[in-house]
Amino acid sequence: MHEGCQNPATCPMGRVLSRRPGWGAVPECNTGNPATTGKGTKTNVPSLRGDPRRRRSPLVHVAVGAVGVVLQVLTSGLMMGFVYALVAVGLSIIWGVMDVINFAHGEFLMVSMYSAFWLYTLLRLDPLFSWPIEMAIVFALGYLTYKVIIRRVVDAPGLAALLATFGLSLVLRNLAQFLWTPNYRFLNETLVTDKRLILGPVVLGMPQIVAAIGSVVMTILVFYFVQRTRMGRAIQATSLDKDAAKLMGIDTEKVYAFTFGLGGACVGVAGALLSSFFPVHPESGALYSLLAFVIVALGGFGNIKGALQAGVIIGVAEALGGFYLGTQFKYAVVFLIYLLVMQVRPSGLFGW
Amino acid sequence: MLRVEGLSAGYDGVPVVFDVSFEVAEGEIVAIVGSNGAGKTTVLRAVSGLVRPMSGRIEFMGRDISGLPAHAITSLGLVHVPEGRRLFAKMTVLDNLLLGAHTVPDEKLVSVALGEVYEIFPVLKERAGQKAETLSGGEQQMLAIARGLMSRPKLLMVDEMSLGLAPILVDRVLDVLTEISKRGVTVLMVEQKVEKALEMADRAYVLQTGRVVLSGTGEELLGHPDVKKAYLGM
Ligand SMILES: Nc1ncnc2c1ncn2[C@@H]1O[C@H](COP(=O)(O)OP(=O)(O)O)[C@@H](O)[C@H]1O
Ligand SMILES: [Mg+2]
Repeated sequence: MHEGCQNPATCPMGRVLSRRPGWGAVPECNTGNPATTGKGTKTNVPSLRGDPRRRRSPLVHVAVGAVGVVLQVLTSGLMMGFVYALVAVGLSIIWGVMDVINFAHGEFLMVSMYSAFWLYTLLRLDPLFSWPIEMAIVFALGYLTYKVIIRRVVDAPGLAALLATFGLSLVLRNLAQFLWTPNYRFLNETLVTDKRLILGPVVLGMPQIVAAIGSVVMTILVFYFVQRTRMGRAIQATSLDKDAAKLMGIDTEKVYAFTFGLGGACVGVAGALLSSFFPVHPESGALYSLLAFVIVALGGFGNIKGALQAGVIIGVAEALGGFYLGTQFKYAVVFLIYLLVMQVRPSGLFGW
Repeated sequence: MLRVEGLSAGYDGVPVVFDVSFEVAEGEIVAIVGSNGAGKTTVLRAVSGLVRPMSGRIEFMGRDISGLPAHAITSLGLVHVPEGRRLFAKMTVLDNLLLGAHTVPDEKLVSVALGEVYEIFPVLKERAGQKAETLSGGEQQMLAIARGLMSRPKLLMVDEMSLGLAPILVDRVLDVLTEISKRGVTVLMVEQKVEKALEMADRAYVLQTGRVVLSGTGEELLGHPDVKKAYLGM
């Protein structure tokens, strides 16, 4: 899977696929992480021949890269961690305010990525500029999800709300497959495609840099929105004590719908940022749902700062795990951390 | 200002107050007294919309408000300071006060209201940046009242202000209601501290196992033999 790519900056896939339109399945990505390159992975991807790294002798490569590679892995992990954090913040807000786990969160992300893809393909709107539209689309999707589905089940006992969002995730995924086929789609010539920043031994892909910065900015904005604005205070109050909030004159139904929208807006932005370096397909969001769940559990439910810290931890852990143990084990590392933390601190690393 | 007629209300389809009627006129302090479990809190919750009335009519400023959602009732100027204070404990004193003004759209009016409550409760100004949970019991009750005043209500309903306070604080906290009343806010209070409540109130209703059994001016009830026997220990 392409998700296995450690460093999409140097990933050849974009180029491979731009040469071969209509490519359905995605090849194993094996240039992302220099240390695992050649470790039992196929190297016959055509574009690799042009990669300058391949011309160095292995010994020189190791000598020059020993420290650099670790730095490379850490920064790549850090940058992905910020994006994970933003996705998790969206999940966390919804969870913290109305005790609903939005299982369709990853599919919201997928919708955002398709929105970015079509805006780019049909209107030539670069994701760098179209993100407010994706944000608005997924905000609306979240808002409507509450109004149409969640409102009816939010106070129902047991698993009703959880099953409802799970059902929604299936519907969205299959709808995407029906409308747009399961094929992987790529945004090949965005403003950031193939651009990179070289800092000594560390090569940072521009798409990742933009995604990381955008995610941090959005996370901070959401944090200040919740802390400082009238609506944000109403969200906090509703999450702390719903009845008392009503007595303040807060329309808690409106707050719930808005909160679902806000959670959506977070993945709306994240999806736009990811679309320039991850393939767009109906399953795009599945992994993010899972990672976001882990991050929220680690960071504490409804805790935005906690989600940011836990997101970074998971991003770095995933990158290090992929580097030292091989990409096939990186999620094992992530879930091991999760299991260990849950044994010691069930309310998360950073409490409530 | 507030007229309740034949109100029945309860939980999960089982009524706990039956056919309750009472009235509050503008400028009055009215008390509802009764022992624990009599249904006082349920009456207030029905009036403020937290509990849906099963039958009866609730009229505020000439308008039927029974069945309106709680937030809409607050917006009309009928504010309920709930039993147990229900502060937003993890939020600051200032945030709690600002939440009290959620229905006030004009930021200037919010600052004016903030200035007023700081004048009545100077201690809250000193504590503005602290989390509500760090205040003492008495200060928390002040904050609950102050938060209720932030939207400049016409009628303030206060449930068991004295609950959980040290005896020396009870009088001081209850006197705040008299001061608020002097500033032009009508007050409906619920109390288990019957004697003090009857001394303060213009009129009062005695609630027993969900029904109004007595009513009259505070003075009348203080002198009533049944009240003396049941609530004043005489
Ligand atoms: N949330 C609730 N669910 C079910 N029963 C309740 C609830 N709250 C109060 N009751 C019951 O309603 C009756 C009246 O309670 P309440 O209105 O709190 O009385 P008071 O405020 O006079 O002490 C009591 O018998 C109490 O057990
Ligand atoms: Mg009570």
